[in-house]
Amino acid sequence: MAYGESEAVPLPAPGPSGDGVNPDKGDGAPPGGFVQLLTPDGERVDSVTTDDGVTYSVDFTDDEYRALYRDLVTVRRLDAEATALQRQGELGIWASLLGQEAAQVGSGRAMRAQDMGFPTYREHGVLYTRGIDPIMPFGLFRGVDQGGWDPNEYRFNSYTIVIGSQTLHATGYAMGITMDGKVGTPEGEAVIAYFGDGATSQGEVNEAFVWAGVFHAPIVFFCQNNQYAISEPLERQTRIPLYRRSAGFGFPGVRIDGNDVLASFAVTRTALDNARNGQGPTLIEAYTYRMGAHTSSDDPTRYRIASEVESWKAKDPISRLRAFLTKQQVAGEAFFAEVDESAKVLALDLRERVLAMPDPQPVTMFDNVYPTGSPEIDAQRQRFADYTASFEGSHR
Amino acid sequence: MTETITLGKAVNHGLRRALENDPKVVIMGEDVGKLGGVFRITDGLQKDFGEQRVIDTPLAEAGIVGTAVGLAIRGYRPVCEIQFDGFVFPAYNQIVSQVAKMFYRSKGNVRLPIVIRIPFGGGIGAVEHHSESPEAYFAHTPGLKVVTCASPADAYTMIQQSIASDDPIVFFEPKRRYWEKGEVDLDAPLAGAYPLHAARVVREGTDATLLAYGPMVRTSLEAAAAAAEDGRDLEVIDLRSISPIDYPAIYASVRKTGRAVVVHEAPGNLGVGAELAARITEECFYSLESPVLRVTGFDLPYPAARVEEDYLPDLDRVLDAVDRSFGW
Repeated sequence: MAYGESEAVPLPAPGPSGDGVNPDKGDGAPPGGFVQLLTPDGERVDSVTTDDGVTYSVDFTDDEYRALYRDLVTVRRLDAEATALQRQGELGIWASLLGQEAAQVGSGRAMRAQDMGFPTYREHGVLYTRGIDPIMPFGLFRGVDQGGWDPNEYRFNSYTIVIGSQTLHATGYAMGITMDGKVGTPEGEAVIAYFGDGATSQGEVNEAFVWAGVFHAPIVFFCQNNQYAISEPLERQTRIPLYRRSAGFGFPGVRIDGNDVLASFAVTRTALDNARNGQGPTLIEAYTYRMGAHTSSDDPTRYRIASEVESWKAKDPISRLRAFLTKQQVAGEAFFAEVDESAKVLALDLRERVLAMPDPQPVTMFDNVYPTGSPEIDAQRQRFADYTASFEGSHR
Repeated sequence: MTETITLGKAVNHGLRRALENDPKVVIMGEDVGKLGGVFRITDGLQKDFGEQRVIDTPLAEAGIVGTAVGLAIRGYRPVCEIQFDGFVFPAYNQIVSQVAKMFYRSKGNVRLPIVIRIPFGGGIGAVEHHSESPEAYFAHTPGLKVVTCASPADAYTMIQQSIASDDPIVFFEPKRRYWEKGEVDLDAPLAGAYPLHAARVVREGTDATLLAYGPMVRTSLEAAAAAAEDGRDLEVIDLRSISPIDYPAIYASVRKTGRAVVVHEAPGNLGVGAELAARITEECFYSLESPVLRVTGFDLPYPAARVEEDYLPDLDRVLDAVDRSFGW
């Protein structure tokens, strides 16, 4: 198909959104198609060859299939627990990943140990696949810290809230990999940068594409197109499918069924391996849907219709894998029940530990402003400590 | 080996020495490679250290600083050049929201030893966006340190100290002083050098204190020399560090002289001078013979080049303020 021939997105029509970009033809594929290895009904597609001649497939053992299922269920259950904690007043806010489990688990498991990830604030599922204690970001959402950890310890950067900024950090990090000579072999390192459909409008994301292309950086740009930037539908961000943006920057773009954990794994693994082998960046558009609100502060009933949400329920990432496992007799009710139970145990443990998170001592807000300190901040800390101590019965 | 070189060349020598001493130091910016920068501050560095260490970047300031963040997380020590003061704002988001906050956000786990070099200030007859003094924006942001040099010797030492520091530092270079010469000891060790964030008394005096930094240090010294002919003995302090400010040095001087005049090119409203006036008033109230006065740029967009000499503080305006201080 020639560029612009038939995939151009119509101008946004007045009235309810969500009809133009995302017509549902039954298989869940948008115009132009996507890489799908597991249908919403749980049928395996052996392999998919894209227009540029790349063939994607997976060859998992039964154990690996079951492990992926466990991941999906676990991250959904932990997410549900977080939503509940927010509703009960224990978190200030929560950004739910509901509906995006396959995109996150598949891409996260596609990373190799030496790879580095740069998330937004919604990548709880990827974080889980990196082996990071799921409680790590809860300091941010509970308001007891700013959420950070040591990215080099976990090979996963802290959450970034300003939209798109982390794509430049990821690109710079990838340039560093090249400068360190850690690219060009199967043992090389690669970077994956997460962002959403809204972020593709940010100048910084486009600058990251420019840099990555120019410096041929070992990076995968993983865009979870969940169809909405808070309330604004995809038509407000783009006239063409997002994966085609990469062409203008000189690297390949692939669209995947973001609700298919197998496609997410296969395409991300290939793209990361290409990057580590010195073949440069790839843009992956994971076509998915944010089943819940943008965050717990949002009310999606104001901007999208119930039937749209219903149509996406039929494409659920977990139910399709469960259907496949059942049909293939890879797993049965006993396994599913055990996974549910162990996910519940993890969730309740998480809940207990979140509730036990201590409020920070106020004076600690003065910590970690500068690596080498500052006499001005030292003086302010001392004045604050003296002031609080001046109150009778102060425990500070 | 002590040489007499320009301030611009002193920065160049400092960058060269930093590149020699630490393989993790990289320079990145627009035109910093083959061209050597529009002011030639990076002249010859790419030739000697290669394209991987002196990187000609795409033309996008947010990209320069944003990728520097990633390189720093990877263990590099990026030195970013912003071509002109007025071009820094596309990078402002990265500087304020990421560079300044990463150490805090990460509970001290992520250090970003990034230096952002910015030629600043007016007086070179340039078009719009090439003559601004945006230091207060950065000094107002916790997590950043902000310094500026006023002499070749300080330029040579301070750029190296800034690169060696684990703090993110915005390094303002007084562009109209790039061609002024001074003696620099190119073999002087960094260890034991005058501290980066300490102010320096560049002229001792007893009657009033002039507080300046960057391009206004020389203006203040000239004013002090002229005042001496009238029998007034002015002390001149080069702040050098705008965040943090070396208040003890300032208080000591003002307690001695009883009068303070702040001089900077940036607009006075809510500027560095306003903070200095407030702090001096708090700490030196009983020593003051008159209010702290400010000689600054007017609260205007930087004006057209043909009137910039009327906009910028000069010797006469500094002396006028000194007169007002004594006439209070």
